Amino acid sequence: MYDFAKFREAVLTGDAAAAVSLTRQALDGGVEPVDLISQGISPAMNEVGRLFEEGEYFVPELLISARATKAVFEILRPLLAKKGVQSAGRIVLGTVQGDLHDIGKNLVAAMLEGGGFEVTDLGINVAPERFIAAARDTQAQIIGLSALLTTTMPAMKTAIDAFREAGIRGRVKVMIGGAPITRSYAESIGADGYGENAAVSVDLARQLIGA
Amino acid sequence: MHKTMEDLVPGPSICDGAWGTELQALGLAAGECPDAWNLSHADRVEAVARSYVEAGSEIILTNTFGANRLLLASHGLADQAADINRSGARISRRAASDRARVFASMGPTGKMLAMGETDEAELYAVYQEQAQALAGEGVDGLVLETFTDLNELRPALGAAKATGLPVVACMVFDSGPARDRTMMGTTPEHAAAALVEAGADAIGANCGRGIAGYIPVCGRLRAATDLPLWLKPNAGLPEVVEGRSVYRMSPGEFAEKTRDLVQAGAVFVGGCCGTTPEFIAAIVKAIKG
Repeated sequence: MYDFAKFREAVLTGDAAAAVSLTRQALDGGVEPVDLISQGISPAMNEVGRLFEEGEYFVPELLISARATKAVFEILRPLLAKKGVQSAGRIVLGTVQGDLHDIGKNLVAAMLEGGGFEVTDLGINVAPERFIAAARDTQAQIIGLSALLTTTMPAMKTAIDAFREAGIRGRVKVMIGGAPITRSYAESIGADGYGENAAVSVDLARQLIGA
Repeated sequence: MHKTMEDLVPGPSICDGAWGTELQALGLAAGECPDAWNLSHADRVEAVARSYVEAGSEIILTNTFGANRLLLASHGLADQAADINRSGARISRRAASDRARVFASMGPTGKMLAMGETDEAELYAVYQEQAQALAGEGVDGLVLETFTDLNELRPALGAAKATGLPVVACMVFDSGPARDRTMMGTTPEHAAAALVEAGADAIGANCGRGIAGYIPVCGRLRAATDLPLWLKPNAGLPEVVEGRSVYRMSPGEFAEKTRDLVQAGAVFVGGCCGTTPEFIAAIVKAIKG
């Protein structure tokens, strides 16, 4: 019987080398990749999120755990693809037009990759047309918008309006976040989801696409 | 011979308020590089500096918060880093004349060490360029502000100290359940110990989630070090009303609380986001009046 607790511990402490070697052990011992995700990675990342919420973990701990799971997914992804198992989802991310801040967005990208999502990161100062083109190219289910400044928040609304005009709004969910963003702001501009911090982004993305 | 921190601060000293929002009121567009205005709109930057001197600031900063090469690169202005800093220092010195001191502002690069986006050697070189350009224009001190990562602040502090000027090192304490740690999890006690060790002449906290939360943070910094403390909180978090950010706290309420900051051990007090010359005038009245 494979020791999932030991694997979860490696993720929790951000020990990428241990997580990778325990992954290989699991696969050699006949553990299914999907089981390693459902009994290993997912509960461990949920625990990381909980520890962050409670103030035990901060950004450095989030990052190293996300990095450990990303390394595991690099091993699992080709195996999952061979079995016809889809990734957790496809997301296009970027900081909105006029805003050049990328720390928060990069944290969200790291968490989502650690959660098994395929992330297309468009960077900073992203015009609505670029989000639209990337969402079409990658068949994204979610577009994530980031803004740090109160002065660039309105560009989120502009982007969502542009998605509607381009006719893609029905096919993509929009999640937003950033220091000045609140739930009520997200609702007021017609976003589907709002994340208060990077730790909740994986849960939020899963909820949005019903995964 | 540069002045020491003791020469500069005999007692509570009033600093300035926010610059970005003041520059926006003068026409700076969203997403435009504020620091670049030191070259293109020096008169308007000087108007902001002057408004703080007239409000009673004894120390004003410079419009150079984002004028490091790494951050300027995102605006395509990396090669103008030295010029932007020199001009920023000259503008504030002109506005201050002999009525206020000038401490030059240096902020984070926006790159994360933990993500491997930069390294300590690059950070040192970037801050060395900025600190030397500012020091060359005769500012009275350097202020490293709004840092969240000690590992980024240390090389910045080393580069700033190498100019021989007094250096203030400040972090943002806004994270964790009690909102008393930096984004990276650093406590006031840990920050104080690390910054004293790294040679800061004054330490402190700026920005954050409003002034009330910074009163206990100030007390904890006071308990952790004898160095002068620098506190420039913001006026709370803004609400967005019809697409514009509105800060609900009044200058009078803010000024009242700066007295608590002084009581908790702050020597330098001023404001960050959401504060204006009106706030500074109110602080002068509350503390000196």
